[in-house]
Amino acid sequence: MPDQQYALEARGIVKIFGNHVALDKVDFGLRPGEVHALLGENGAGKSTLIKILTGAYQPDGGEVLANGAVVTLNNPQHAQTHGIGTVYQEVNLLPNRSVAENLYLGHQPTRFGFVDRRKMERDARAVLARYGLNLDPSSELGAHSVAVQQIVAIARAVELSGKVLILDEPTASLDRNEVERLFDIIRDLKASGLAVVFITHFLEQVFAIADRVTILRNGKLIDTKSLDDLTRTDVVRLMLGKDIAFSGATMLEENRPLGEVLLDFKGYGKKRSVHPFDLTIHKGEVVGVAGLLGSGRTEMARIMFGADAADEGSVSVAGKPTSITSPTDAIAHGFGFCPEDRKAEGIFGDLSVRENIVIALQGKLGWFSALTRDEQMEIAGRFGESMDIRAASLDMPIKLLSGGNQQKVILSRWLATDPAFLILDEPTRGIDVGAHAEIVRTINRLRDEGLALVVISSELDEVVAYSSRIVVMRDRELVAELNGENINPGVIVQAIANHRDGAQA
Amino acid sequence: MMRRTLGKLASPQLLALVGVLLINWLLFPNFFRITWQDGRFFGSLIDVLNRGAPVAILAVGMVGVIATKGVDLSVGAVMAVAGAVAATMVVAGYPAPVAVAAALLVGLLCGLWNGILVAILEIQPIIATLVLMVAGRGIAQLITEGFIVTFTDPVLIYIGTGSFFGFPMAAVIALVLMVAVTLIVRRTALGLFIEAVGVNRAAASLAGIRSRMLLLLVYSLSGLCAAIAGIIVAGDIRGADANNAGLWLELDAILAVVIGGTSLLGGRFSVPLAVVGALIIQAMNTGILVSGFPPEFNLIVKAGLIFIVLIIQSPLASRLAPPRLRPAVKGAAK
Repeated sequence: MPDQQYALEARGIVKIFGNHVALDKVDFGLRPGEVHALLGENGAGKSTLIKILTGAYQPDGGEVLANGAVVTLNNPQHAQTHGIGTVYQEVNLLPNRSVAENLYLGHQPTRFGFVDRRKMERDARAVLARYGLNLDPSSELGAHSVAVQQIVAIARAVELSGKVLILDEPTASLDRNEVERLFDIIRDLKASGLAVVFITHFLEQVFAIADRVTILRNGKLIDTKSLDDLTRTDVVRLMLGKDIAFSGATMLEENRPLGEVLLDFKGYGKKRSVHPFDLTIHKGEVVGVAGLLGSGRTEMARIMFGADAADEGSVSVAGKPTSITSPTDAIAHGFGFCPEDRKAEGIFGDLSVRENIVIALQGKLGWFSALTRDEQMEIAGRFGESMDIRAASLDMPIKLLSGGNQQKVILSRWLATDPAFLILDEPTRGIDVGAHAEIVRTINRLRDEGLALVVISSELDEVVAYSSRIVVMRDRELVAELNGENINPGVIVQAIANHRDGAQA
Repeated sequence: MMRRTLGKLASPQLLALVGVLLINWLLFPNFFRITWQDGRFFGSLIDVLNRGAPVAILAVGMVGVIATKGVDLSVGAVMAVAGAVAATMVVAGYPAPVAVAAALLVGLLCGLWNGILVAILEIQPIIATLVLMVAGRGIAQLITEGFIVTFTDPVLIYIGTGSFFGFPMAAVIALVLMVAVTLIVRRTALGLFIEAVGVNRAAASLAGIRSRMLLLLVYSLSGLCAAIAGIIVAGDIRGADANNAGLWLELDAILAVVIGGTSLLGGRFSVPLAVVGALIIQAMNTGILVSGFPPEFNLIVKAGLIFIVLIIQSPLASRLAPPRLRPAVKGAAK
């Protein structure tokens, strides 16, 4: 007899993209009647695993079992016939069709070969009632809130599949009440014996709803455990792979006298993006920002730079109240911003290294005081040398450079504007060791020269090494500001998890 | 400096132009003969300059739009509107300078309208400018009340058919416009900003470039250039034909810009090379006419040229050929 313990099981799954191993012999077992959280940082392999479990990808090794029998899932529709349904972060239903049509699309009840609309709407009303939704099934789906749409998507997945429900970040665009409502529905489904996989970046939600958790890191299975046996600190530590026991040795940058206040953000925030935060930044200090992916780190950076305009709070620069509603405003105040996604938001791929370096300075000078080619060459050459940019020529397109050299170019772009304040979002992600060291060296040098810096990074050891202070983001909220000498990666992990036990510092 | 100038002269577009002219010469031995008559030059070569001027002027405006990853389909219709405005005003008794100024202003406003749709309402350029492409002919017909408005105003006719030191006025205007726009975009930072917005608008905004202002500007310039071309065409036929003035010329202008090496994906652009592109198109048109082939061939040859240019710019070609040789149109001369 096949083992009936798991509704859905993956054994020794291997998935390789090119020469990158996305999943390395990962096991995953999902019991009926449980909510199973799948956790991991970006690139850990969560979505690859989900895509294999729903048939969107084929594994390069290992096997998938449904109800104890080995199955080959050709595509998500095929997975549905095995009882596996998926709901994605972005509702992918048809907003301009009715709720009932969305529930039954592709499976409409028919009569004499025609869609039996009355039966469909009657059935839909009954289904919706079970999910606590009292709404007209003939109304347009798009007229309802995202939360309702999300519930309709869940109802559709459960009605069509019925055994396994995979929820891929379903709460990302919901507010707190809506999340509660969704959780009530998930609890009901669980009680009825459905197996639920729950993916999220919000740890609180994991502890609120999940029974067990599987943690992936860099494509490897770290552990599958019951959440009763785990603290939040344990979970964060498993996700980030930081061992608190020995990391206490790394000390925060020594307490130096603070420079004068450069920036003062008060109650600064943006609805549905970042909760209001207070942050004071001095000249000559590096404020590190820690937090899990999706915790609101990047959103905070974009609001500070005016890339997204804040809708509450105030900011003053060097003691003067001001308003920053666009990057142009921010740059006029001496701000600079190296975005996280270098390729999409940082570089101008087809333009030369020289042009990529001078562009922000030229933007600051305006349309009519154009830098001559010689001036551009001089500026680009100066930074090319001081930042050690490895390019065959300053006139070659930047897209031909390595990631590390591109990052140095973007940093040079801001240094050329003679900034007072720099925001660096993951400045060392995905770059080689040499460039990494050069960028960390530059951060230290700039701080010593009196610049104020905000550096967002997932590399906790690195953040600790150069930061004067560390603020911690969780669930889009600035939840802690860590000062003084007792800061080490262990304390940060604990602050990210917001749990007092387990601190062995 | 000398080497850079020589390098520019050897651009594939200029080689292609020379190639087309040489083929014309082979088919029609008198092609290069230029005579002096009634105080102006005559000859096929002069004709290429004169007939090519409207598309060259459109291309001067279009190249900035395409460099920002956009396109302006409305220029042909704007030509008709501007021609209609100028013609009806002189017929109504306004002095020619006033009529010309009004036509230019209308063209500028048409361009601004496109710019608002693209930059502020963030409508895709091809759709945004399609609105005016369709509506513009209607507006022109309303202005002319459905008639071809003919006029005898000497100033307007001079703009369309006159000569300046023996050269056709239209070609002189195109040359002046090309030089002026080139100087403006290259002596200010506008050229760099346009290319930056075209390559990566998100990065441009984060680098502090006001991309909306820039888009308003390039679309306005395109509308202005279309108005100039429209006045020339009206002056040439001594009348405003709302139905046919500038018909399909937007496609020639786009083709000229693409032949000039500016990718429809935005980024690097060259105003003079776009004008060379317009001259290549006109040289082919004129060549087919003077060599006695039926004009139907014109469309086929043009289609062949588009095909070759697209293949040369395709990702496949860039994998096969070293990037420097890419926007070459040598094969186009066939």
